[in-house]
Amino acid sequence: MSYVAYADRDHEQEHHDPDTFITKYIWSQDHKVIAIQYGLTAIFVGLIALGLSAMMRLQLGFPDDFAFINPENYYQFITMHGMIMVIYLLTALFLGGFGNYLIPLMCGSRDMVFPFMNMLSYWVYLLSVIILIASFFVPGGSTGAGWTLYPPQAISPGTPGIDLGILMMLASLAVFIVAFTMGGLNYVTTVLQARCKGMTLMRLPLSVWGIFIATILGLLAFPALLVSAIMMLFDKTLHTSFFMPAISSMGIDPGYTGGSPILFQHLFWFFGHPEVYIVALPAFGIVSDLISTHARKNIFGYRMMVWAIIMIGGLSFIVWAHHMYVSGMNPYFGFFFATTTLIIAVPTAIKVYNWVLTLWEGNIHLRVPMLFSIGFIFTFIHGGLTGLFLGNVTIDLPLSDTYFVVAHFHMVMGVSPVLVVFGAIYHWWPKITGRMYNETLGKWHFWMTFLGTYAIYLPMHYLGFAGVPRRYFAMGNTDFLPDSAQDLNAAITMSALFVAATQILFFVNMIWSLKKGPKSDPNPWDATTLEWQTPDHPPKHGNWGHHLPEVHRWAYDYSVPGYKDDFIPQNVPADAAPAGREHDGDQ
Amino acid sequence: MSEAVLDSGATEAQGTQGLVDDWSRDKQVFGVPWGKAMMWIFLLSDTFIFSCFLVGYMMVRISTTDPWPVPSEVFALTLFGTSIPLVLIAIMTFILITSSGTMALAVNMGYRKDRKKTFWLMVATAALGASFVGMQAFEWTKLISEGVRPWGNPFGAAQFGSSFFMITGFHGLHVSAGVIYLLVIAFRVKNGFYEKHGGNYEIVEITGLYWHFVDLVWVFIFAFFYLW
Ligand code: HEM
Ligand SMILES: [Cu+2]
Repeated sequence: MSYVAYADRDHEQEHHDPDTFITKYIWSQDHKVIAIQYGLTAIFVGLIALGLSAMMRLQLGFPDDFAFINPENYYQFITMHGMIMVIYLLTALFLGGFGNYLIPLMCGSRDMVFPFMNMLSYWVYLLSVIILIASFFVPGGSTGAGWTLYPPQAISPGTPGIDLGILMMLASLAVFIVAFTMGGLNYVTTVLQARCKGMTLMRLPLSVWGIFIATILGLLAFPALLVSAIMMLFDKTLHTSFFMPAISSMGIDPGYTGGSPILFQHLFWFFGHPEVYIVALPAFGIVSDLISTHARKNIFGYRMMVWAIIMIGGLSFIVWAHHMYVSGMNPYFGFFFATTTLIIAVPTAIKVYNWVLTLWEGNIHLRVPMLFSIGFIFTFIHGGLTGLFLGNVTIDLPLSDTYFVVAHFHMVMGVSPVLVVFGAIYHWWPKITGRMYNETLGKWHFWMTFLGTYAIYLPMHYLGFAGVPRRYFAMGNTDFLPDSAQDLNAAITMSALFVAATQILFFVNMIWSLKKGPKSDPNPWDATTLEWQTPDHPPKHGNWGHHLPEVHRWAYDYSVPGYKDDFIPQNVPADAAPAGREHDGDQ
Repeated sequence: MSEAVLDSGATEAQGTQGLVDDWSRDKQVFGVPWGKAMMWIFLLSDTFIFSCFLVGYMMVRISTTDPWPVPSEVFALTLFGTSIPLVLIAIMTFILITSSGTMALAVNMGYRKDRKKTFWLMVATAALGASFVGMQAFEWTKLISEGVRPWGNPFGAAQFGSSFFMITGFHGLHVSAGVIYLLVIAFRVKNGFYEKHGGNYEIVEITGLYWHFVDLVWVFIFAFFYLW
């Protein structure tokens, strides 16, 4: 194989900058601009989902006090909240946003390998968001099937939005998958094929590893969602019976025969479980870099961290049916999936130990990104431990579909990744905008968000143990629940509204920073990774000026003994500074 | 693979370590152009789509309570007064496999920079593909005229028609897209588009990867849908 690598041909390429406003900021093919477009759109829909959750909490905390929330609306709120948060916010933000911004910069490339396709990816994503939002306004409203969209109820009378609502949801998902595929192929190919000289895979910052493996998971998991969406579309529009058994719905025979609702669950969770790691792995990677940078210490067990990401990625494809213990599938399956589920906890635990060991005796700077990272370690351990409960069939059976599950997944894939998102935005904000934010305001934002979310989700574990079911509009007169359960619910609602309101601090901070924030240093955190070493600050189109960087060391040379600074950037030549890692050359 | 430019001039490690070193060396993992690497990854993803379709089909075939129609009877054609099972599918399969042959020749001619032959071989491949889609249209028309619909059919389980139209339809879309893709590239080869871009005909091979993939998928559909 004699194909000459990009890094060796760079001088042959001409780089021309886009010059009009439109090519620079709207139809831009620059990965950094696309990243910002993705990020802003994702945060925008995320705010809608946040608003929906506030309304759900109002109903739960103070049932019957809000006349505009009826059971139908409530189901629509839950569904859209969940779907938006998982897919349109977190997946898009981590991969389309951070993936786009960080991959080329951290790998030492000028851009993604196919910038035009990358641009299309964003616009198609925007289209999927528009379809999704439009579904709120069609007759019958958006779908209320729950974010898992289980048939038969997703398309049977009685569920809100079974006409246009569910159709537009499925269409929007299909469009999203197309957008994701175009972006994802770019991210993977860029990491594999377009790194600069000296940048071996085993020298990549863990952020890139997390995003890279998450993207591969996406490329292999979204197909199952696409196929189930197509089949459900056919069940709905063509009256096929892929998922629909012979049922009588509200006294009427809708004419379906012989389909398998369990098939949908298998397809959905074959996508759904890897999806939770699509959200988690980028967070794992990014948090590793934040911790190492702000503790001025190399990440503990770098190689172990990489292998743990790869193992978690692989294992995440063989645990999906732990979401189906109560579905009536073959009990031997339950045994198998409980085993694999508990095995996946091992690499996960390794990562947690390594984060803590990185902090151990580190020179910890409690700046805002570090606070969010430490907050993440707390919430993630918390959610991971409840996962161990739910992974065991016998413990899961009574807990399934209760608030315990809600608490589990919000801790582990709601709060934890969102804390990392905030930490990452604060960390890279100076690079993206060239300005600093207000540290004090950021710290307030952290503490209120962190403590506030604990106040929301910790009590939910008790509610779950007490038997409060998930996805209920109201509990009514339920004998087995003490009245105090309602008090707890009211308290949770107060905390939720509080947390939602405190997010204003974040936006105020960022807008202030854009307008009045002090100019930042090119490398305000004294970080080693390449994105902080760009010739321009913030980096310009093409990232590296005339010459691509060359990498001579791994990404974690912090506090290397015998060197003047406590960090050595990756592009400092080997003879100019000692190597902080043994045998770095041969990996 | 490309030569590694590493600082310490380290010795090559053996065993698993050597394997990891090889895969993770700097600049690029595979010594191939970006487009080709991307096509591989896309096809891997597409494999998962087709696998999900086929697994879904098998699941509904098992779960349905009505008897499954006998494919060799449903897909029989009466030629010259005798009913021959699966004859059309056999011809279609033969055509698609032949087109993979012409595609392979086109790739070879591309690397020899024989633009004219490459062009004609790609057009031939596209023509074979188009005739495959045509026959599929004929098959669909015949089944529809016999009363097979996505929601039901006179021969047995409703899922037969559902899966048939869905899976062959999805595959047919792939073939049709491939025909367009082939023609676009073929005409670019002919116009000398690639001469202006460094005279590199790797793109013919990338197109070929897609085409062989679509062909391979057909073999699985053939085996699981028509022969089972
Ligand atoms: C130690 C690791 C983990 C274990 C053992 C585990 C186990 C489980 C189990 C068994 C369930 C099903 C509960 C039920 O429905 O009855 C579940 C639900 C869930 N888990 Fe985890 N989990 C783990 C980590 C994670 C992570 C890292 C995430 C996301 C980043 C996550 C996200 C979710 C979500 C979203 C659900 C609920 C899905 C739904 O029903 O709507 N889990 N988990
Ligand atoms: Cu799971």
